[in-house]
Amino acid sequence: MKPAFSVICFTVLSGTGYGLVVWLALNALLQPDLPVARLGYPLAFVMISAGLLSSTLHLKSPARARFALSQWRTSWLSREGIAALATYLPLLAVFWGLFVDGRHWHVAAVLAAIGSMITVFCTGMIYQTIRAVRAWATPMTSAAYLLAAITGGGAFCLALQTIFGTPVPLPVSLIIALALVGLMATKHFWWRNLAAPSASTVATATGLGKPGDVSLFERPHVTENWLTEEMGFRVARNHAARLRRMAQVLLALPLAALLVSLTVGATDVPVPAALATVLFLLGAFLERWLFFAEARHTVGLYYGASHA
Amino acid sequence: MTALPAHTEKKLGLVIDLDTCVGCHACAVNCKEWNTGGDLAPLSDTDPYGADVSGTWLNRIHSFEVSDGDDARLVHFPKSCLHCDDAPCVTVCPTGASLKRTEDGIVLVDEDRCMGCGLCAWACPYGAREMDPVAGVMKKCTLCVDRIYSEDLPEEDRIPACVRTCPSSARHFGDFADPDSEVSLLVAARGGYDLMPEQGTRPVNKYLPPRERTVLPTPARTGDDGPPLTGFWKWLDGALEKLP
Repeated sequence: MKPAFSVICFTVLSGTGYGLVVWLALNALLQPDLPVARLGYPLAFVMISAGLLSSTLHLKSPARARFALSQWRTSWLSREGIAALATYLPLLAVFWGLFVDGRHWHVAAVLAAIGSMITVFCTGMIYQTIRAVRAWATPMTSAAYLLAAITGGGAFCLALQTIFGTPVPLPVSLIIALALVGLMATKHFWWRNLAAPSASTVATATGLGKPGDVSLFERPHVTENWLTEEMGFRVARNHAARLRRMAQVLLALPLAALLVSLTVGATDVPVPAALATVLFLLGAFLERWLFFAEARHTVGLYYGASHA
Repeated sequence: MTALPAHTEKKLGLVIDLDTCVGCHACAVNCKEWNTGGDLAPLSDTDPYGADVSGTWLNRIHSFEVSDGDDARLVHFPKSCLHCDDAPCVTVCPTGASLKRTEDGIVLVDEDRCMGCGLCAWACPYGAREMDPVAGVMKKCTLCVDRIYSEDLPEEDRIPACVRTCPSSARHFGDFADPDSEVSLLVAARGGYDLMPEQGTRPVNKYLPPRERTVLPTPARTGDDGPPLTGFWKWLDGALEKLP
């Protein structure tokens, strides 16, 4: 599948922003330090909004996005839009509390966190429910979207706390570490599942003969078309294993090192903490790029792909 | 709306006969010609006279080589929207532009609501939908809804353009909900089948498999090759045989 830059930006930036909203809510409940929240919430707001705006860039007729909330009964994309807009309400209430009222509004913070997770879950479900892309059609897809958002948001929150010199409670470090382990494990099995054979073959796609007996003789035309460009993306295949390792290292190592240093008491590390967060975000971009680039669509079977 | 109807009164669709299709692409050409001039946005071409020509088509003809032991045959394979009963392209649409009609089961795009997100094309396992880069909306086969219900066209033209133009009668149009329709009888008689049934889309369009090949009888041979010998050559053949 073609990795559209606007969609990668959207899912990574908004996802991380939504994850940060979850940690800020937890932070508000555990230790109501205003400086972290006063920088964290605007940061999350910017990431979420930039991502959502970026997602509209891949629409060919963006003016008609005004209809996009109407089909929530069947469409996960519609549900995602509603959840994203609905989450702005408690988020704005949190802002009012922080900057006008001068304190944490806990209920609003928790509601914003819940809305954030629902939005990210809907994003994952958009991909998970596409049966034609077998790599995506697994519960691990939405699980990985949620875990990436929670871990990324956690990294940002740690960096903010380190910058402001706020102590990070041990349970918080532990939950972030668990989320990171969960993310890496989910992606490990997701990648393993990627190699499994699909039920759809060129034989089932054409109904002619057994697999191995049927091969494409001639495409409908000599040049590429929208389908082969959108769904027949092949660039990643040569370097997939290398890029995958790179993503795994970027996601896991810097954040793990930061968590260890915070746990053993080396808390005055604002620069390494910020660096670890940036590296995690880079890894998240790479992981999301691979999520699209490595996935195969069944339409490839009609254009000479050996498997789907 | 993007909820699929539980039941459609008619199930209009196509039967495509892979035995008689000669791969001439006339159905695709007539499809493009008809659908570029209808009520909907035209089917655009990009770089039409350049090296990277590309265009939006609602019907494309692929060709497959099917081997059977030492034998192999070429099968031309036209593919357009299958108007699935359980169409995944319809339910994913966030704007309500994608729809399946209750009265005849035709899957359509309401171009005035389509925002061009492309999710329906991802959801379709068959590649039946193509984004028009100029109009910015999703294009797909309409089963020539503007022909089949037309009151202005002559009776014989009230069928989809691809069916009307096929020179080898490889395409048939009808109502699959009626067990006595021509298409239902063809499917029953020739073992019409679904594409990618494992995707759970329950396509309406059916494909008829290529018939078994007629194996011509091998003529009886008397010598190593060629017709039986007669006259002088028959005598010579026998005489040479007798030599030690």
